[in-house]
Amino acid sequence: MLWNTLLLALRAIRRNLMRSFLTILGIVIGIAAVVTLVTLGNGATRSVSDQIAAMGTNQLMVVPGQRFGPGSELGAPSFKIADVDAMRAQITSARGIAPVVSKAVTAVNQTHAWSTQVTGTNDEYFLAGNWEMAAGRSFSDTEERAGKAVCVIGETVRDKLFGRESPMGSEIRLKGFSCEVIGLLKSKGQAAMGQDQDDTVVMPLRTVQRRLSGSQDIGRIMVSVAQGVSMDAIKLQLTSLLRERRKIGESEDDDFRVMDTRQLAETLTGTTRILTMLLGAVAAVSLLVGGIGIMNIMLVSVTERTREIGIRLAIGAFEREVLLQFLIEAVVLSGIGGLLGIALATGASIGLAGLMDVPYLFDPGINLLSLLFSAAIGVIFGFFPARRAASLNPIDALRYE
Amino acid sequence: MSDEALIRLSAVAKTYGQGQAAFHALKGIDLSIAAGDFVAIMGPSGSGKSTTMNILGCLDTPTSGSYQFQGVHVERLAPRARTLLRRHFLGFVFQGFNLLARTTALENVELPLIYRREPVAKRRAAARAALAQVGLEGWEHHSPAELSGGQQQRVAIARAIVTRPVVLLADEPTGNLDTRTSQEIMNLISGYNRDQGITVLMVTHEPDIAAHAKRVIRFVDGRVASDDGNGEVS
Repeated sequence: MLWNTLLLALRAIRRNLMRSFLTILGIVIGIAAVVTLVTLGNGATRSVSDQIAAMGTNQLMVVPGQRFGPGSELGAPSFKIADVDAMRAQITSARGIAPVVSKAVTAVNQTHAWSTQVTGTNDEYFLAGNWEMAAGRSFSDTEERAGKAVCVIGETVRDKLFGRESPMGSEIRLKGFSCEVIGLLKSKGQAAMGQDQDDTVVMPLRTVQRRLSGSQDIGRIMVSVAQGVSMDAIKLQLTSLLRERRKIGESEDDDFRVMDTRQLAETLTGTTRILTMLLGAVAAVSLLVGGIGIMNIMLVSVTERTREIGIRLAIGAFEREVLLQFLIEAVVLSGIGGLLGIALATGASIGLAGLMDVPYLFDPGINLLSLLFSAAIGVIFGFFPARRAASLNPIDALRYE
Repeated sequence: MSDEALIRLSAVAKTYGQGQAAFHALKGIDLSIAAGDFVAIMGPSGSGKSTTMNILGCLDTPTSGSYQFQGVHVERLAPRARTLLRRHFLGFVFQGFNLLARTTALENVELPLIYRREPVAKRRAAARAALAQVGLEGWEHHSPAELSGGQQQRVAIARAIVTRPVVLLADEPTGNLDTRTSQEIMNLISGYNRDQGITVLMVTHEPDIAAHAKRVIRFVDGRVASDDGNGEVS
């Protein structure tokens, strides 16, 4: 009986091809929107975590306050150079410890101007950040200690200020002073949150503190851990050292955070995940509208369907057979809609993922969920009008205008 | 009246609504129809002829009285059993044709056979044969919209007789057709009665259509007013 009824349902769909198509169009678009947005969101999340992983698993970031982000928290003092020196003295298993002070500045040479990020640090920064030199050299101890106006520039800054010329030995002006370009960094490309990592100027910490930030504060400290050394051990050492230096009592919480790349990834991917959910929710609204479209068409066609039900009942169909036919019809129809939507979403996701430079990730969960959802819409909006009609007396159903 | 009657109605009454608003459509009908008969039921609108037809067609049940079909008390049957009775013994032709839209003539005729679980090849052959019998060879793949009224009614007749029913119920089968087409349809129905012995029960209000029947029963106000064949039933 099931096979028979399935055939009846398929036949009914085929002979009402246009109506069937219009009915499922809303579902197709709704499913496609939801699946595409969630898939792209997942891709973006993956891309963020991939790039953080590319930074290496051997990095720790020490920031003041318990919150991650720009600016320091109220009541959580910044680090000083003495903190860095203490770390260097006590944490011997670290491969490199680099203080970081960042400042947004406009860099100018004779012909061009470019707004960029200046980082004040020491030469271990390049080691800790996995930077390689494309040309020139890093700054020397003497230059560091003296706070000399020398800088190493990123590929983007070189391109914007010097074009095809070699930057080595040239001067660039930052606010009120000039500095000599002594090195060029190898390109790293876009970072996790989309900012350009090559858009950077690196110079000695003291130079930045003295000439740009005007304070002794250090925004964060990067610690690179040697291979084979336990991250947790270093984290513990850093924490106890800092608690001691910052005079935090036994019962008080830390006023700083030591994060490894995994925690950093979690913090950042958490943001994209929320965005993905938000977009998915917006798309779900369109799916709901699609469902209302189905309901509308089903109700409009109910006159014709009611007569059909009357005919089938009169010539000897059981009420149950007619109902089952309509149920299968509704499920098959919205199932086809769901499949078409998923196909459309797959195409759109692959295309858009390429454009947006995020990986395409097939997510079986969201695909299955949207299929089930479309089937449910079919049952609710297609089946219930039919059930009402099938419960009519065949005579009334035949007379239904 | 003998027990050989195919159909027997005894004191059948049908009331719609209740109390003050109650409408007594049938007020006690006694009727007996023999197998192979051709009965025309006539009467003005509201006389109860359509209600009688619905009861005879097992589409409706009487409020009181009994309806025996081949000795079975239909009024005591569950809806499911009445459906089976329709499926296996009855064929319907309606005034408004009632074909499925956008469905080919062949598929329309196949429909009752699908519910009878006939295998595909068998039902297709039977449907083609039935269409050929009503003179629609070559029209199998046309939808109702592409057929004239007369042709549509032929498809409906083919659909009704494709199951070789015991009784063919026709509710004003020529009501929507012109005179000439009406005569053709009546010749077709008469032929089934004459050649295959199918009992025909037909509602009509046109005397020249009723003239095709062997027996004419007139309804007035929910009762049988005249029955010219009553005496002939053995």
